Amino acid sequence: MSEPLLVFFALAALAVIGAVSLILQKHPIHSALSLIVVMVALAGLFLLMGAEFVAAVQIIVYGGAIMVLFVFVIMLLNAGVEEHTSLSKMAGPPGLLLVAALAAFVAATIAKSGTGVQAAAQTGALSSTKGISEMVFKDFVYPFELTSFLILVAILGATVLAQREKS
Amino acid sequence: MVPTNYYIILSAILFGLGVFAFIFKRNIITIFMSIELMLNAVNLAFVAFSQALGKLDGQVFVLFVIVVAAAEAVVGLGIIILIARNRQTLNVERVDLLKL
Repeated sequence: MSEPLLVFFALAALAVIGAVSLILQKHPIHSALSLIVVMVALAGLFLLMGAEFVAAVQIIVYGGAIMVLFVFVIMLLNAGVEEHTSLSKMAGPPGLLLVAALAAFVAATIAKSGTGVQAAAQTGALSSTKGISEMVFKDFVYPFELTSFLILVAILGATVLAQREKS
Repeated sequence: MVPTNYYIILSAILFGLGVFAFIFKRNIITIFMSIELMLNAVNLAFVAFSQALGKLDGQVFVLFVIVVAAAEAVVGLGIIILIARNRQTLNVERVDLLKL
């Protein structure tokens, strides 16, 4: 087994364990920490694929900013252990069945059409950061500018939502 | 080189786990985190296809997905704070104002 394959399996196992732990943990803060494990493992996979810029953004924005926001809100709201009623426990088996069906459908689709993707040339050595910057500021410049507007609207929305109403 | 299929299968597994967490969990914050897990799974598929096809479009899309996820997290957590303030609970079963 080659070295990239070993690294892939280690990181993939880490990601899947983190995702399962997110489901099994009862306390939201433990779930949040599990999700951080998943995100760091995925950043490692991005590095393995030669997407170093996306890996850095993944760690800084996802692992850093977004998850810190989640942990902050969990602490702010003093969230405790989640409670399950008998009815919500029943959602487990049908949900598992649904997910198994979804995964099987995706796997079948990949098995049918995977050869086309396999056949394409795998060039791991394209200078991705420079290429991404050129694409973002040339081909995708209007969507890029729109995202800044989106973030502005999100900031305004969050400020309006979270402020205390005047008494 | 790792085959692209492996990445796509891992992405499908992570997405499935995210869907299951979305269905099974009862804490509104954890449900929100499972949405982030699904977005991450899709990002993995994007980068895998980007690498397989030798084009960078997928990685640019991942950046846009991350930006939208950040905006969504900000607004969603604001709504969660409002719900917690008005209903004094984070359990989605107790948030049943629209139920008959």
